[in-house]
Amino acid sequence: MLTVLLILIPLIAGLITFGLKGSGPKVLSIISSLATVVLAIGAWCRFRTAPDSLNVVANWIPQLGSQFRVGLDGMGVMLCLLTAIAFLLVFITIYSRKFERPGSFYGLMLLTQAGLTGVFTAFDALQFYIFWELALIPVYFLCSIWGGEKRIAVTFKFFVYTFLGSLLMMVGIIYLYFQTPDHSFSWTSFASLQLSQDQQNWLFWLFFIAFAIKMPIFPFHTWQPDTYEQSPTPVTMILSGVMVKMGLFGLLRWLLPILPHGVMIWSDVAIVLCIIGIIYASCIAMVQSDLKRLIAYSSIAHIGLMAAAIFANNEQSLQGALLQMFNHGINIVGLWIIVEVIEQRLGVKNMDQLGGMARKAPRMAIFFVIICLANIGLPLTNGFIGEFLMFSGLFQYNHWMMAFAGLGIILSAIYTLGMIQKVIFGQENELTATTTDLNAGEILALSLIVIMIIVLGVYPQPMLDLVSNTTDVVNKLF
Amino acid sequence: MNALISTALSGVVMMFVGLFVRNKQNIKFFAIAAIIVAFIANLALYPTVEHGGYIVYGMIEVTKFSVVFNAVVLGATLLYFLLSGSEFEKVGEHVADYFALIFFILAGITLASSFSNLLMLFLAIEILSIPQYILAGADKKNLKSNEASLKYFLMGSFSTGILLMGITLIYGAAGSFNITELGLGSDPVHPLALCGIILLVFALAFKVSAVPFHFWTPDVYDGSPTVFTSFMSTVVKAGGFVAFLRMFHVSFAGGAISQHWTLILAIITAATLILGNFSAVFQQSVKRMLAYSSIAQAGFMLFAVISLNNMGAQGIILYAAAYSIATIGVFAVLMKLKDYTFEGFNGLARKEPLLAFTVAVCLFSLAGIPVTAGFFAKYFVLSAAIQHGNLLWLVILAVLCAAVSVYYYFRVIMAMYFKQGEPEVLPVSGGFKAALILTVVLILALGIFPNLLLCWL
Repeated sequence: MLTVLLILIPLIAGLITFGLKGSGPKVLSIISSLATVVLAIGAWCRFRTAPDSLNVVANWIPQLGSQFRVGLDGMGVMLCLLTAIAFLLVFITIYSRKFERPGSFYGLMLLTQAGLTGVFTAFDALQFYIFWELALIPVYFLCSIWGGEKRIAVTFKFFVYTFLGSLLMMVGIIYLYFQTPDHSFSWTSFASLQLSQDQQNWLFWLFFIAFAIKMPIFPFHTWQPDTYEQSPTPVTMILSGVMVKMGLFGLLRWLLPILPHGVMIWSDVAIVLCIIGIIYASCIAMVQSDLKRLIAYSSIAHIGLMAAAIFANNEQSLQGALLQMFNHGINIVGLWIIVEVIEQRLGVKNMDQLGGMARKAPRMAIFFVIICLANIGLPLTNGFIGEFLMFSGLFQYNHWMMAFAGLGIILSAIYTLGMIQKVIFGQENELTATTTDLNAGEILALSLIVIMIIVLGVYPQPMLDLVSNTTDVVNKLF
Repeated sequence: MNALISTALSGVVMMFVGLFVRNKQNIKFFAIAAIIVAFIANLALYPTVEHGGYIVYGMIEVTKFSVVFNAVVLGATLLYFLLSGSEFEKVGEHVADYFALIFFILAGITLASSFSNLLMLFLAIEILSIPQYILAGADKKNLKSNEASLKYFLMGSFSTGILLMGITLIYGAAGSFNITELGLGSDPVHPLALCGIILLVFALAFKVSAVPFHFWTPDVYDGSPTVFTSFMSTVVKAGGFVAFLRMFHVSFAGGAISQHWTLILAIITAATLILGNFSAVFQQSVKRMLAYSSIAQAGFMLFAVISLNNMGAQGIILYAAAYSIATIGVFAVLMKLKDYTFEGFNGLARKEPLLAFTVAVCLFSLAGIPVTAGFFAKYFVLSAAIQHGNLLWLVILAVLCAAVSVYYYFRVIMAMYFKQGEPEVLPVSGGFKAALILTVVLILALGIFPNLLLCWL
């Protein structure tokens, strides 16, 4: 029941929000997202005592053998928690900002949350596919209505790209459905399939392309920087903090357990693509002067590392990747909040026009530096432990691949520190002299992030315990 | 059977109604009442055929499938009357005659869903075609409408000729007109029968506007009065498909014979998908785009015919419902606009939110986005093809084409929601809005619970 509520609350709140005016939408959004955070924490507690009580099965389309089947394992709890926290942070940050047609904006945001939670809780392939698509539709409207100048073309590219990927996945799902002896879409029937080497060989690509587009992995990444740049920043936070995790989640929940031999055959290719992506994106990030594009490319690099770790597929790399999924979500939302702050105050996001903001906005500068350091993966921040595990996992898989992926860390330090320097240090100019420091909502959101960064950096054990059963499930299959 | 009788009778009665009832509004209400009667009469037959159909004089076989299909067709026509019934009077003076012609077409479709004799197939195809030639030319003073009518008539006559020739050859090979007793499955297949089957494929492909027999479609759909295009491209097309499905599934499915035509039909399907989708991309007028989109959607429906399994049969019912409802909805709003180009939709969401929302839901359904009826329709036909086993290449092609289709469907959504403009919209009545809401509810209901329809099968 708890699991169903996690989907229902944002869904219903979202539908109500469409009809509200004035400050109604934002208040309702905060209440709804606060409720989901509480529920997600409740789900975590329940998961430790009675994990089976989180699974719900109900009849849906009996003719097809598809059921409404939601449930939560460790990974699901973690990602639902991330989704709930990210939306709460976004709503707190933008509380004082005025939007055109707020009812529709907040309504679509909440529908996105419902869709994302649905993806993370689905244990029925058809239902997974439906939520996968549903999460995309409100985002498409959000970006196209409230986005930047080139929003329509850019968002459309994003939509067609992901839609194409998901259609291929649908072909794969239908094919698998006909292979199951009991003609069922449930995850357990899919995972217990015994498919031949040949079948796994090509089925792998149907799923991989869908997930690779979503993450995105090189060479399917071309929609991403444009979309991040053109989207309104609150939506970008969701896109990069939570939505890209759908791709990683897909790998872990659907690809690895169902097509283990396919993954074994193609993992080298996939990891090489990821590593090319890491280095390529980091190099581009170094020469970017647009703040949003820089963070977008850095996100490609980070996601690439996580995907590589998942394909390396040993206990340490998987644990690292899972942990990093959560931490990256928190850190990147933090970075986007800073961008949002700068963009709202000064109206520019080009780093050449910025500089010396530490003097006028010291609080922002402190938060910015901490989040950036976490993003690089400095010890005692949350980024460190995940990256450490991922690298040691990759090292077990292949020394050379780890070495090349490690380049990404060095490059990441270069561009992140460069960004800090250009934005908050250096010479103050006329524009940055007009800036003001953070307001209460922003301080609240950023403090929450910094607390999580430090707590999880010093004591990541609860999170590791939470996801340990997921890695067990995946590892048992090999 | 009930549907056939009631629609045919309603057609005759409608012609006389035109003589006695002067008020056009009343004629429309009369037509709506007649279609509701036909709908109920058709459903009343359901309990008797639930556990097996019966045959009427060796000519018509009433089955559960045909009753459900007729219900979908009649339901879609009812929705069409509710949404667009008042547009009839804008075409010309003879409103009652137009309604009568529509009822005759419906009689043809109900015959197409239940024939069990080749002669009945021929009759069904003719009955549903001839009124269309008249409807296409209903706007007598418009040159384009005349052109559409003549073009449709000429091409349609040729294809009917081909159909007859095919039937003759099959009769020559099998010695029977009864589709269940043709017995063509044994190997080697009689060469006359092969020629006959190929001719039947061509003739029926013409009726459902499959490539390369589609050349009449864009001009006819564009030239005909929009209100009739809406009907011809949806309900009538579904009728063509059901004839196709019934003919090929009953007679040409078993044994060696299916190999001889599935490859040809698969190639036709591939060509239909590619050409339909890519041509729709380049259109400037929404009406013409919908004409090409109807070709593209026909490609998907052909999957149901090729795959030769039960899932395909379920798929065609769902597809007929999803596609008809969505296209009728888009056409209904299109007729309320002055400008039929994509730019004509600019800014519609601001001015008429309900109209824009309905069009958006309909287009989502046509594109096959989940939670709309179109998703499960596509799902079923693609599943049917995957179940068939040897058609995976075609499925992948279809999926790529579906991604292309997003381009032209979303152009309308982009215009309505993201672009600024002052569209000229004719005033809409409260009843029209209620019918639009009904359309949206139907699409979403079928998209979340497809078994609302499938549980009847």
